[in-house]
Amino acid sequence: MNVDKRPVTFIILATLSILVGTLLTTFIPLYVGSATPSVEKVIPYKPLDVEGRDIYIREGCNNCHSQTVRPLPFETARYGAPSKLEESAIDRPHLWGSKRTGPDLARVGTKYPPTWHYMHLKDPRSMYRDSNMPAYAWLADRNLDTTYTERKMHVLGYPYTAEDLQVLQGKTEMDALVAYLMRLGRELKQ
Amino acid sequence: MTPDTQYDYRAIKGFAISSLFWGIVGLLVGILISLQLVYPSLNFTPWLTYGRLRPLHTNAVIYGFTVPAAFALFFYLVQRLGRTRLAFPRLAQATLYFFNVAIVLAALSLFAGMTQSKEYSELEWPLDIGVVILWVMFSINIIGTIMKRKEEQMYVSLWYILATVVGVAIVYIGNNIAVPVSWFKSYSIYAGANDANVQWWFGHNAVAFVFTTLPLAVFYYILPKTTNAPLYSHRLSIIGFWSLVFAYLWTGAHHLVYTPLPDWIQTVAIAFSLFLIAPSWASVINGYGTMKGQWQQMRSNYLVKFIIMAITFYGMQTIQGPSQAVRTFSALIHYTDWVIGHVHMGTMGWVTMTLSAGFYYMIPRIYNTAVYSIKLANLHFWLVLVGQLIYSVTMWVTGLRQGAMWQAMEKDGSLVYPNFMQTLAPNYLFWNMRTVGGIIFFTGFLVFVYNLYKTIRSAPAVQNA
Repeated sequence: MNVDKRPVTFIILATLSILVGTLLTTFIPLYVGSATPSVEKVIPYKPLDVEGRDIYIREGCNNCHSQTVRPLPFETARYGAPSKLEESAIDRPHLWGSKRTGPDLARVGTKYPPTWHYMHLKDPRSMYRDSNMPAYAWLADRNLDTTYTERKMHVLGYPYTAEDLQVLQGKTEMDALVAYLMRLGRELKQ
Repeated sequence: MTPDTQYDYRAIKGFAISSLFWGIVGLLVGILISLQLVYPSLNFTPWLTYGRLRPLHTNAVIYGFTVPAAFALFFYLVQRLGRTRLAFPRLAQATLYFFNVAIVLAALSLFAGMTQSKEYSELEWPLDIGVVILWVMFSINIIGTIMKRKEEQMYVSLWYILATVVGVAIVYIGNNIAVPVSWFKSYSIYAGANDANVQWWFGHNAVAFVFTTLPLAVFYYILPKTTNAPLYSHRLSIIGFWSLVFAYLWTGAHHLVYTPLPDWIQTVAIAFSLFLIAPSWASVINGYGTMKGQWQQMRSNYLVKFIIMAITFYGMQTIQGPSQAVRTFSALIHYTDWVIGHVHMGTMGWVTMTLSAGFYYMIPRIYNTAVYSIKLANLHFWLVLVGQLIYSVTMWVTGLRQGAMWQAMEKDGSLVYPNFMQTLAPNYLFWNMRTVGGIIFFTGFLVFVYNLYKTIRSAPAVQNA
């Protein structure tokens, strides 16, 4: 049989070749569970965290900051305990990142108080002369858009109360982003 | 009927010109973000910040430059290799208009910060649907033309074209399944480690089907055509093709070495990455073998220079890539600029050089003329070569440097460079050199565009409309 004379057979064979590795290493693990940890220990996101995370995504913070501490001595000495599967279990999408133009942020919420983040986001070079991070002072001037917050919570399946939504009143985008950053490293119940 | 009027080249011309236009845009954004890394005051908030422009750069060069170049070249190849007219010329024309509208909307949406955040998969769901429709329109023409071909045997290039058609569809759809919350926002249906695993299955196979099978289709056509020498080994191309399309899909998780993703998935990916050297080098050997007794053409034929330099970079790329997958080496270079150097050797060295050769070959033929200036083509060659080498080498050096500084520990287990800034600041010198390399490369690209522009202008006035 000459598959290079039969385009339909050729397409079917190529598709099957592509699907073997696809299913075995990517889609079957979705169901057999070794990459799907229990979410019982994970503290659900609050509406403000979700909005902050979406600002992190919108501004593309993940282009320069990873969120996975590798289980290597020099890595844990710099960033803290290695990242666990559970810590990102409810994250949609994941924000592990692939480049560290700036440092890893997986545990940044345990390192500094919120005021540090406000100052740093506003003017990174006031704290680190050599930093090349863009200044995000303008986030403090923008009110948080809460039009879709409730819908987001529904879609993501995170529980929330009326008070949780009330907290959003009068918040800026900066407030939300800092709330999210303060969560990093505190995903799991003690 | 002259031989050429049996083919339909209208949409090809449009796609070639679109590709060059979006190529210029993508490279300009690349130069800007390179500068922003050293001069943060060049971040003009909020639309022109690095975090929003980096995805714009990658999307513009992948979907704005490479993909329409493939639309143009593939529409040409399926007609020539099938000795038949494009199946649906009007559909091709519609694809061209739809493509340009989609790219403009995509660029605007990225400026505005609408992103799914997954690399090369940033476009939000309405645009994803647009991309899928475009790909279906394109595939109907490719498969339709192959079905009605008059040449029974499908040449190697057509295999790689079909693999591209199928592969891109599977990985693009697989990674973009999301639940919308509004027109401009959606959430991935996958969570955590699974989302990362699906993302890098996509990410690495975007490399497979956009940056590998796509240029390989062009490579396998242009090299024998321009050297006038038969392909070295048909058997090698069969083995190379099937092992490549089988093995590539297993390798995505080498992007996730030392992450919380289960070890077995990482290890399988590393093993298959090492295996990939074989099918990749099958094409390299086929290229060099075809040159047997023809090496003098490296001097006399500028197209050979492009295509052989391209396959040489492909060869280096496909040794470097698998090496990076190995755990110890990954531990050193992952998250550093080394990887940026690696990617750009592939895109600036292998992909762009191959597509350039394809355009230099195709454009004069579809416009019924000769290339405007071989001198300029040579100048283009040297500028993109030197620009790319400066780019890659500076990134490798500073990547190794930063990786080593991150790893450096005192005997007591404390870090030698505990302040991240100590490891960041030395990048600036190298990033500036990289910008220079990028500008040299961009100048070469402008020479290329000018040369093709003059070629097109020199076309005889009467065209098959």
